[in-house]
Amino acid sequence: MSGEGFALELRGITKRFGATAALNDASLAVRSGSLHMLLGENGAGKTTFLNIATGNLQPDTGAILLNGQPVVWRHRADALAAGLSAVSQHFSLVPAMTVAENVALAGPRLGAKYNRREAEDTVRRIANNVGLDLDPAAMVGDLSVAAQQRAEIVKAIARNAPVLMLDEPTAVLSPPDAAELLLWLRGFVSSGRTVVVITHRIREAMGYGDEVTVLRRGQTALSAPISSTSEQEVVAAILGATDTGPLAFARQHSTAVRQTLGTSVLALHAASVIDAGGARRLRTTSLEVRGGEVVGVAGVEGAGQYQLLRLLAGRISPTSGRVTLPPSVGFVPEDRHRDALIADFSLVENMALRGIEARRGVMPWAHVALQVQSAITAFDVRGGDVRSTASALSGGNQQKFVLARELADAPQALVVENPTRGLDVRASQEILTRVRDSAAAGSAVVMYSSDINELLATADRVVVCFAGEVYETTLDSDAIGRAMVGVR
Amino acid sequence: MSLLRRLSAGVAPALVVLAAIAVVALVMMVTGFDPVAAARAAVRGAVGSEFALFSATLKRTTPLLMLGLAVAVAFRAGVLNIGADGQFLAGAAAACAFGLAVGDAVGRSVLLGALAVGILAGALWAGVAAWLKRRFNVMEVVSTLLLNFVALNLVGFLVRGPLQEPTGAYPASATLLSAARLPLLLDGQRLHVGFVFSVGLAIAAWWFFRSTAAGFQIRVTGASRTVAASAGRLDVDGVQMWSLVASGAIAGLAGACEVTGVTYALYEGLSPGYGYTAIATALLGGLNPLGIIMSAALFGALGAGADAMQRDAGVPAEFATVVTALVVLGVLAVPGVMKNWARITGRGEQ
Repeated sequence: MSGEGFALELRGITKRFGATAALNDASLAVRSGSLHMLLGENGAGKTTFLNIATGNLQPDTGAILLNGQPVVWRHRADALAAGLSAVSQHFSLVPAMTVAENVALAGPRLGAKYNRREAEDTVRRIANNVGLDLDPAAMVGDLSVAAQQRAEIVKAIARNAPVLMLDEPTAVLSPPDAAELLLWLRGFVSSGRTVVVITHRIREAMGYGDEVTVLRRGQTALSAPISSTSEQEVVAAILGATDTGPLAFARQHSTAVRQTLGTSVLALHAASVIDAGGARRLRTTSLEVRGGEVVGVAGVEGAGQYQLLRLLAGRISPTSGRVTLPPSVGFVPEDRHRDALIADFSLVENMALRGIEARRGVMPWAHVALQVQSAITAFDVRGGDVRSTASALSGGNQQKFVLARELADAPQALVVENPTRGLDVRASQEILTRVRDSAAAGSAVVMYSSDINELLATADRVVVCFAGEVYETTLDSDAIGRAMVGVR
Repeated sequence: MSLLRRLSAGVAPALVVLAAIAVVALVMMVTGFDPVAAARAAVRGAVGSEFALFSATLKRTTPLLMLGLAVAVAFRAGVLNIGADGQFLAGAAAACAFGLAVGDAVGRSVLLGALAVGILAGALWAGVAAWLKRRFNVMEVVSTLLLNFVALNLVGFLVRGPLQEPTGAYPASATLLSAARLPLLLDGQRLHVGFVFSVGLAIAAWWFFRSTAAGFQIRVTGASRTVAASAGRLDVDGVQMWSLVASGAIAGLAGACEVTGVTYALYEGLSPGYGYTAIATALLGGLNPLGIIMSAALFGALGAGADAMQRDAGVPAEFATVVTALVVLGVLAVPGVMKNWARITGRGEQ
């Protein structure tokens, strides 16, 4: 079946996780034999969409149609059997097996005797066709992230499924590899197959896709053939109407008097980061942050801001280049539970985490308890006292406590990462006001946020991470949004 | 922490022990042994007389308490040291070799030297696993366990070779001279000064974890490596490495105390699995040094009782090992059980 019909349709899909709706009456229609691009901001619902299409998640309401017929997936295997193959962002490879073995494992004839030569030939043939460089005999665990991505793609193609879905396949590929893969996908669809590619990169979508669907906050914001839409229209659909209104408070609410900009406090000098898997996370970057300013950082997931922030907070060392750090840097990581607080430790113990590496001798618990007391008062932390465990506090109060801890010794610099994640409007406002106050008091502040409006309300200038590179942009939501998807 | 949870922290282990004993009593009945007679003999053998209390129960409590503390130091740092038994043997062998070599040439100092050498040997034995973990990322569960067998066979070699007693008749070392022996605590009883060391060490460990920066660093690392390295900037690999070495040092001291305080000679059966029972001891004590004093006394009594049970009631001592094993399983299951219970009754904290 090709040409006019739809290979895959998702109609009126709603999916809630607790109180938040990841998808709210969203729809997607993928024409047979087309290369369909699915775009949207972080958290717009793209991956949830893919998970529902492939049977990993059950929708709360809505219908899935395959070649016009309604289907119900009870399990991922149902979708696979019906010819829907997917590559998710999180790899499903066995690290202790070779590439060829992994591909064979996913193959249709599992159970027959494993023929190493045949399996390796299959991988080599597919990799050659697709233009991906891949050694079939290599152990997956030894491969770089980019090579593992290539192995995942080859595995999905080897299933010979008529519909292929790829979640950000180019995110960790080098630009030439990405271009070659997309080019091959074009050829793949011309043979009658259907492909859905999730991407953050607008240029990719416009350059290689047949049709585009944009999700915004769980709803379908745009659905059109590429030929009848424009880059501007797509960007507008991704970002939505800019409403800075309710968020412009932070700047106005900051009561402290703005100082004039101080000297350079934090700086990167041609610093780059290559992670343990060998992937280049941050290309050579220079950046200077002065006392009294808030530098906002924007970027889609995995664009390098994670490493940028940790370099500036002194939590990791650059692979090359240099970092200038003041004696004291406050750091508020995005994931409170993983990185900032120990849930069943008392607030006093959690307060003592800051600077723990330099502590010697006997712990001054009484003194730390006083710090907790004054943090609770100064930051209006509610729901707990000195003896409570961190888990007794609500998310917003935990975040206030973390910020209070990091600011307790009036650090010369403050690095915060998505500080309002999971907080309600009121708590978010309080946090952002504190961040601005800190800059007003002379600190050099760096703040990453996945919410552009939050950056506009808080930052004095903004840098954007894209594919490991850091650019400065104007303080303008369109400009930031474009830079985040690689359009400058 | 609510009062309920504070109470249950003490009550749950007691319930686990009682349940384990009940299960074993049931098995005794099914297999044709008389659990009442067994219990009577066990209680008499553990606490029935001064001799039972001091020369059997508390004498056994000493190595279990020290080894339990050793295990707790590592576990608190998030390092699973399964090798206390091997570190114990390394400490015992080194202390014995030192004591025999020096003899009574330097008077009482030989004892201090032997204990110091035991500590060092235990630390080195654990240090091998610590280095393998740091350098090659070898799981300490595997390396420490395997080093137990190396230590056991090393002792076997020593007592048949370089350290064998002069007549060459037995696979054991010569006997330590009195200068190298730990003083006994009570006349006519076998309890030695090492018991005082072990209790003192427990109190010191309790203070260490509660009040010192190093103790706090270990607790934080064990609770969350990511928080330790992100909220703090701790070198978590380094903390874990040194915790394992310290754990081995304490286990080495336990071995040195056993050979200078109880056996006065080295032989292969020196540890009847003390290092493994110590894991149960540490877990039952909630990794809290004061709790470990209680659980070590309990397992000391259990071991002494098991011997008496076999001797006086003809019930195999292995039943006591089953109790130990069931206690470990029970203690590990408690958090999960409590969580389920909280969910069912709707009294969870969140």
